[in-house]
Amino acid sequence: MSIYIDKNTKVLVQGITGSVGAFHTKQMLEYGTKIVGGVTPGKSGSRVEGVPVFNTVVEAVKATGANASVIYVPPAFAADAICEGFDAGLDVVVCITEGIPILDMVRVKRFMEGKRTRLVGPNCPGVITPGECKIGIMPGYIHKPGTIGIVSKSGTLTYEAVHQVSVLGMGQSTCVGIGGDPINGTNFIDVLSAFEADPKTEAVIMIGEIGGTAEEEAAAFVKAKMTKPVVGFVAGQTAPKGKRMGHAGAIISGGKGTAAEKIEAFKAAGISVSETPADMGKTLVRRLGRKVN
Amino acid sequence: MNIHEYQAKAVLSRYGVAVPKGKVADTPQEAEDIAKEFGTAVVVKAQIHAGGRGKGGGVKFAKTHDEAREYAKQIIGMNLVTHQTGPQGKKVKRVLVEQAGKIKRELYLGMVIDRAVSRVVMMASTEGGMEIETVAAKTPEKILKEWVDPAVGLLPFQARKLAFGLGIPAELTGKAVKFMTALYSAFVDTDCSLAEINPLVLTEDGDIVALDAKMNFDGNGLFRHKDIQALRDFDEEDPTETEASKFDLTYISLDGNIGCMVNGAGLAMATMDMIKHCGGNPANFLDVGGGANAEQVTNAFRLILSDPKVKAILVNIFGGIMRCDVIAEGVVAAAKTLGLSVPLVVRLEGTNVEKGKEILAASKLNIISATDMADAAKKVVAAAGPAK
Repeated sequence: MSIYIDKNTKVLVQGITGSVGAFHTKQMLEYGTKIVGGVTPGKSGSRVEGVPVFNTVVEAVKATGANASVIYVPPAFAADAICEGFDAGLDVVVCITEGIPILDMVRVKRFMEGKRTRLVGPNCPGVITPGECKIGIMPGYIHKPGTIGIVSKSGTLTYEAVHQVSVLGMGQSTCVGIGGDPINGTNFIDVLSAFEADPKTEAVIMIGEIGGTAEEEAAAFVKAKMTKPVVGFVAGQTAPKGKRMGHAGAIISGGKGTAAEKIEAFKAAGISVSETPADMGKTLVRRLGRKVN
Repeated sequence: MNIHEYQAKAVLSRYGVAVPKGKVADTPQEAEDIAKEFGTAVVVKAQIHAGGRGKGGGVKFAKTHDEAREYAKQIIGMNLVTHQTGPQGKKVKRVLVEQAGKIKRELYLGMVIDRAVSRVVMMASTEGGMEIETVAAKTPEKILKEWVDPAVGLLPFQARKLAFGLGIPAELTGKAVKFMTALYSAFVDTDCSLAEINPLVLTEDGDIVALDAKMNFDGNGLFRHKDIQALRDFDEEDPTETEASKFDLTYISLDGNIGCMVNGAGLAMATMDMIKHCGGNPANFLDVGGGANAEQVTNAFRLILSDPKVKAILVNIFGGIMRCDVIAEGVVAAAKTLGLSVPLVVRLEGTNVEKGKEILAASKLNIISATDMADAAKKVVAAAGPAK
């Protein structure tokens, strides 16, 4: 078991003919992901890495039976691509694109209401169930199948956590990058509740960062609903106020959204907080009562 | 991206938001001419990207055109220090000269994107002239909010709710509704991230006008607004941050002495945290992005080295799609081209890490290699010496 995606997930690549889309299609195929089709308007009939390309998502779903998509479309067109994935009734749409205007995401969220599709991202590394399915841009080989669920707003910091977990002899059930934008499709609570319900996930590492209140809300959820151990880290303890730290959502505004507030909320919820980014794996091992190698 | 008050008022008035009559002056003479033309008392306002200008002496009421000239002379060229500029202040290049009206009441009106509900929210308060954060902290019940459904926009009844909530007289609700719906249109049409009218004033003459105006724009939306992009004032920005943006690098100046180069925003923040944890102080935040190439690495080095405070550099790369050998080649090329004047600590992990380490070792450059993040931070803190 795993969450959101597994070996049976059939994936479409939206924006497959672009250089980024084509590159990652190859990477995902090499990992073993079932890429069944691509979508680029006007390119129907062509092939990328042997994968058939369609004009629309609906057409691609009909022909291939795909139930998920990943989006590598430029920011100006990405909101439209997300909505097209929703309209086609996919189970999961993963949007990698960084730089989508926030008001486009306001409209996308409105469009999403009442629809069953799950959006992961935008501005995220994607989702991976090690050994089964990789949807996104993460380096597949650092992951190992296992029992630790990882959820994070950051890409490379997730790789750091994955690496630490793998080095300590454990593996991951599923890793979900929810993205660093202020408005996203899937939040910490969605992923935490999925991990709580997933029999294969034994414990969770949650990586947050400054800005917004998603970490505080997640902490309240952990306290009220989670039985599995959770380890947390919050990036940006030294970030200055009022500056956007790379991610569109990573900003302390009006004195709100500081790392200190989030860490306090984590601790109050019984989450084991890793004091530094180098200790996420070790903190997990300690929490699970195992020995550090 | 931020713009000046006079620019924000020009943008807003295009959408029908009522603003006082005003013009911009670059010289005291121009200020006098504008006051003469208006033939009324005027307010002379310093134009910098910061609030709190009045308290700092950057806003003056001039009864005559002679006074307008005198105040403009004082303000233009002054170094204005407010609670938002930092102690170094900001140099004033121009003033806005506006017709002074008789103010009856000062209110607050603002719009932002509420991340928690993924909607635009309009906020109104009777506490005009006060910072909304202060009102929110002390008297949150005084802030009225209306969340906007993007499918239909701000509806008149929502604007009326706010107007009545603010105690705006019934005969002025029409004007208030027009003002608020125009503000919403401006907000969504120009991809704003924040629009603030503080204060919004009711005048003795029965008008509702924006006495001050602040607009910030979503950088991700700027590609579709060439007219807004043209309003960018580079003098108001940190020159290194501006330079970095040209190369698709995210750079933020900080006050420490350890230069940082990291791939990914989260890891970059975490690296700063790690340095601080080890007793050091970062000189910058620098995210080279997920797909950095050798040229970007060189540019990143150049930016870091342009800061005279930097006493040591930490490169922390978790190579995913970006291979470590490519990064290592970039580091070596940059160090050779630019000349390495300070200790350099490199931590590489991920794809082709062994190859990357070989390249660094073979370069014969004085590079301190680190095994993990903690090791890297300790080494760079030791190399940089005590932070000032």
